[in-house]
Amino acid sequence: MDFNFTPEEQAFRDEVRAFLAAHLPNPVPDEDPDFVREWNRQVRAKRWIGFNWPREWGGGGGDLIRQFILKEEMSARRAPALGTDFMGLTWVGPAIIVHGSQDQKAEHLEAILDGRTQWCTGYSEPDVGSDLASLQCRAERDGDEYVIHGQKIWTTSAHFASHIFLLVRTDPTVSKYKGITCLLVPMNTPGISVSPIENLSGKASFNQVFFDGARTPVSNRLGAEGEGWRVVMGALANERSGISESTEMRQHLDDIRSLARDSVRNGRPALADDRVRRRLSEMEIRVEAMRLTGLRHLTDQLNGKPSGSETAINKLQRGILELEMSELTLELLGSAAQHQGELQHEALAWHGTVIGGGSPNIQRNIIAERILGLPKD
Amino acid sequence: MNFGFSEEQGYLRDAVRKFIDGRCPIPEVRRLMATRDAHSPELWSALAEQGSLGLLVPEEHGGAGLGWVDFVVLLEETGRTLLPSPLVSTALAVMALREAGSRAQQGRWLPRFADASAVGTLAVLEANDVQGAPGVGLVATGEGDADVLRGEKRFVADAGSADVFVVAYRGRPGIRLGLVRKDAPGVRVELVPGLDETKRSGTLLLDGVRLAPEDRLAEADPEATLEWLLDCGRVAVTAEGLGAAEGALALTVQYAKDRVQFGSPIGRFQGVKHRLADIWVDTESIKSLLYYAAWTIDNRRDELPRYASLAKAYLADAFTRIGVDCIQLHGAVGYTIEYDIQLYLKRSKWLRPMFGDGDYHRDRLARLALAANGMGGNP
Repeated sequence: MDFNFTPEEQAFRDEVRAFLAAHLPNPVPDEDPDFVREWNRQVRAKRWIGFNWPREWGGGGGDLIRQFILKEEMSARRAPALGTDFMGLTWVGPAIIVHGSQDQKAEHLEAILDGRTQWCTGYSEPDVGSDLASLQCRAERDGDEYVIHGQKIWTTSAHFASHIFLLVRTDPTVSKYKGITCLLVPMNTPGISVSPIENLSGKASFNQVFFDGARTPVSNRLGAEGEGWRVVMGALANERSGISESTEMRQHLDDIRSLARDSVRNGRPALADDRVRRRLSEMEIRVEAMRLTGLRHLTDQLNGKPSGSETAINKLQRGILELEMSELTLELLGSAAQHQGELQHEALAWHGTVIGGGSPNIQRNIIAERILGLPKD
Repeated sequence: MNFGFSEEQGYLRDAVRKFIDGRCPIPEVRRLMATRDAHSPELWSALAEQGSLGLLVPEEHGGAGLGWVDFVVLLEETGRTLLPSPLVSTALAVMALREAGSRAQQGRWLPRFADASAVGTLAVLEANDVQGAPGVGLVATGEGDADVLRGEKRFVADAGSADVFVVAYRGRPGIRLGLVRKDAPGVRVELVPGLDETKRSGTLLLDGVRLAPEDRLAEADPEATLEWLLDCGRVAVTAEGLGAAEGALALTVQYAKDRVQFGSPIGRFQGVKHRLADIWVDTESIKSLLYYAAWTIDNRRDELPRYASLAKAYLADAFTRIGVDCIQLHGAVGYTIEYDIQLYLKRSKWLRPMFGDGDYHRDRLARLALAANGMGGNP
């Protein structure tokens, strides 16, 4: 056990800090599109977008420790995200690096890093949510093409996405896990239509996506036919790795502390209220536990042990924190909690992020069955 | 950066497990619970031979000179089966001497702590039950260069088996720490029956006990030394408590696999499996905080207070819920004296207030955050 960094790693941290000091204004104008464009040009030039992707595909070829340092420093200064294609960078690109053909890598990886694409992921269906492997959206082979019929739902960002990472059933005759295939489909393919769904905070963040005979070449298949479940499980594991979650939650904790500092409850400063102070401490305990659990998983990855079901720890901690932060935010707002406002909407939006990527009870099933060895229900 | 255990620490864990399987499985724990001090000199000697007692004692004094990450591995394992022993108490006495003992004091006590010929413990709390220096009301009177103590120390862990007490008192002026031998004139121990019979404590009665200068620990910054010792104690009981929480989880998972109702092991039902999954998330999260806190003791001392509080606060509340829920998940047999899960419930009750409960540490964390961030509003 050693939490010290090597001189080379420390030098990298200094390099990141120097870059941030030179290029990141305070406060960060992250709503200004010109700034965000210029920012991404600069971090792309340093190959910090896709930091651990292979250099031959435009990535940084960096190791996991430096990637951790980079994320930590960026988060501490509240820098904008590295890159604009969030899902492409988080799940789709890593899946293509592992399972993609040379042509697919050439077509998609640099485009993701450059922000020329916006990926969405087509998993859930109207009758298929937590039981994802029962999905029904069909793709039938017709010569060199797949013909897709069916529907996806809760598809985040589909209303402005350029591509969809799509799970379809190619063989209804075999067991539900074996008949699934993964396709990489441009959203402008004829036969695809999108219908936004308003979420409870009044914004269009997710959608229904309809496939009515949409045709896509067989060359857009990621991995072999029937291998889709394996491909997507790897991608979801990526989604659940803990480090970025903890740096995000750290920022939320700082925000809610600032809110508490500026709030008055029952005529007294909110920070003079023991209950508020203790709840903030409780959040600090969980955020710090998430950070250190992330470092334990990082160490496992460095030792060649891929992250498995244990990444559900931070997913569950995050859910607990988000709901508690949502409640404390509204309590600190006092009577103003009833008004429309940015903080009020954020408090509502947390109810969605808790469910995204698998509801907490599904995470509990995974832990109970795969780690504790309890019987499947 | 490496947040993993070394190969040697893995061997240590295996060795301790094997030792406990052979020397102190749960039936032996129950046998010791029925004895006066829940302390077996034979077991204590065997622990010394096995190397556990000298783990934190420097090599020059007959120990292994290892660190707190190693010690936490040991305590997690002894906690798993509720091993009754003054291991934590003696380790804190070791730390007091390492930190503030003179060469002579170290030479007299450390080899004896390592070879099982002495048991040590801290005597800090009083009837006011206030943690740390603010709770220390025992005032020494001066007689020449000696401090004379008249009063009592409460909630003294392993008071019945201890040979020497590290006593916190008020000198002239300020906090002092002194070494009081159990056989010194004026010393008496009153045992208090415990809710958790694997953990014993008592009241230390001091009636004109003389502390010569050579009985006192260094006086550079005794208040800071005391708080540091308490933080070491927080890490130690958290390690033991984490092991116990994992032990309770393992027993309950096994029960959920074995117990059949409605034609199915109850572990198939989500009402059961989700609670067990949450317990696992808690124990894993506590590990992350605890291991880092242990590492700070030997490597980043300035970070210890915050991490000791983070770890102890999480454990104190989580283990309390775990104790309650594991009884319920067992159903009626959980309420019997026969099933072992009740021992873990009692351990969770013992542990919660030890070195400060959850709210104590959340308040401390809030003060630390306010001080570090310069956030206004500190009343």
